[in-house]
Order: sequence, then structure tokens, then C-alpha cells
Amino acid sequence: MKFIKFLLLGIVFGIVMTKSEAVSWFRIQEMFRFQAFHMYGIIGTAVTLGVSGVALIKKFNIRDYQGNPIVFSPKDKSVSRYLLGGSIFGLGWALSGACPGPMVVNVGYGHWAMAIVFFFALVGTYLYGVVKNKLPH
Amino acid sequence: MIELLTQPWSWWFSGAMIAATMFFLIFFGQSFGFSSNLKTICSAVGLGKTNKFFDFNWKSQMWNLVFLIGAILGGFLTKQFLSTDAPVQIAQSTIEDLSKLGIGAPESLQPAEIFSLEAMLSLKGFMILAFGGLMVGFGTRYAGGCTSGHAISGLSNLQIPSLIAVIGFFAGGLIMTFLILPLIF
Repeated sequence: MKFIKFLLLGIVFGIVMTKSEAVSWFRIQEMFRFQAFHMYGIIGTAVTLGVSGVALIKKFNIRDYQGNPIVFSPKDKSVSRYLLGGSIFGLGWALSGACPGPMVVNVGYGHWAMAIVFFFALVGTYLYGVVKNKLPH
Repeated sequence: MIELLTQPWSWWFSGAMIAATMFFLIFFGQSFGFSSNLKTICSAVGLGKTNKFFDFNWKSQMWNLVFLIGAILGGFLTKQFLSTDAPVQIAQSTIEDLSKLGIGAPESLQPAEIFSLEAMLSLKGFMILAFGGLMVGFGTRYAGGCTSGHAISGLSNLQIPSLIAVIGFFAGGLIMTFLILPLIF
């Protein structure tokens, strides 16, 4: 039962991603070609509200539902891993038109081809684990 | 009301709903980062035995796997009850650019040239799907996050690493869009 809230949030996320068309390969192409505001509007709104909300959580020391302090753990400092990893991610994002969340939403929508994309994303994650120590971080 | 739900949702409402999703996850003691699920699944299927990177208590991430199941259900429910399957209304300039690559104007959510069963079962089509997924999966773990973890959660917390990652997302995306896609299609 303690997981039901995450199931509901996932359902909302899946519906929002589909109804906003952010799961569409066409929308991702339109974004990378800078030909419409749509995707920038979605991400920009989420980040603007996100920045405000996170600032409020920190300012007022807002606690989570169990009364524990909310901590934001900063990522390790580095440039190479974020730039290189991010670029590889971007290559795949523009090719398949989906990041990991939209992949599974697409499968639910009935686009079975996205199951192949998701499977190979798992393979890619495993490959990273294999060669991780040889990469600049 | 039903009409309002079945037509595409505006960018501002969708963006606000994504922020709300993130804050609910934070309020429930977790964080918004979808690609962790890829690592978790690798661990859950036993790959931790051969690789230490996947040797961790994946069950602590069960909440995120449940979120993933929900996301699949969300896509399914939209298709069944909230969709008209109308063509995506992308910009005319995008339609023209894509037609030069041999990809027709939208007829539904996704281009048949890439995601139809016929395309999926061709060698070239399969390679496109496989390499796309491979690069997303490899890159997201290398960068330590994806669009949700870096672009939404990370930027909301004003993290410099996330800004660098997002710059990387766009660098890769632009190279694919303008340099590699014309060679593939």
C-alpha cells in the first residue's frame, strides 16, 4: 500500500507526458531545430516553478510527509562526465525522440518499437557499468 | 470537459504538472529522476554478480519502479480514454525540414517511418531504435541523470553539474539533428 502513491504519480506523469506531446519524436525534432516554443515552454515552466519551490523548501525548512528534513544532495563536481555523458545522451535523445521516461510511456501508448529502445537503454546502462573505470569523470 | 482533456494540453499546464510531480516525489521522501530505474533494473536482474556497479540494494528503489509502472499505465490510459490520436501540430518549418529527410508530416503521435512495426522489423529501422536506446542509456548513467534528474530536478536546485549536463544534451542533440540524421535518412 505504501507504494500506491508512487503508482498514482507515475500515472499522472504518463498522462501529462502524452497529453503534452513531449513523448513525440516530432516534438523533440521541433525543439532541436528551434522551430517552436512548445518544449521550451514545458521545461521552462517546470524549472521556473521548480526553482521557486526548492528555494521555499530550503528557506522554510519544509519537511517531508514523515517529518524528516528534505535534503538536496549536490552532484559531484566535474565537467567531463556531464559534458561527455550529456552529449552521448543528447545524440540518443534526438535519434530516438525519447528520454527514458517517455520510452515507457510510449510502450503503454502502444508503440512497441519503443520497447526495443528501452531494452537497448538497459544494455547501454550496463555497458557504462562495464567501462566506467576507463572513462574520464 | 472531456474535450478539454482529449485535446493536447498547453505547455504551461504540462510544465506545472511536471513540477507538481517532482514536488510530490520530494514530499514523499524521494526525488524525481527516471533513469535511475535503468540501473535498478540491471541490478534486479542479477547483473550485480558480474559487475560491482550494479551490486546495491535495488529494493530500496522499488518506489521508482512502481512510478515506472504507473508511467506505462498513464500512456495506456491516455490512449484508451484521453486521446483522439490527432496528428501532432508541429511547426510548418519542421514539417518541411523533415520532408527533406523523407519523413512525412505527422499523422499521429509518432512517425511511421521510425516506429511502425514494419520499420521496427527492417534492419535499418531496428538499428536506429537500438543505437538511440544504447546512447540514451549509456549517456544518462555517465552524466548521472536524464531530463528529469538534471534538466528538471537539478536545474531547480541550481546545480552547476546539471547545467553542464543539459548543455551536453543539446550539444549531442544538435549534432544528431543537423549532422547525423541527414546521413541516416
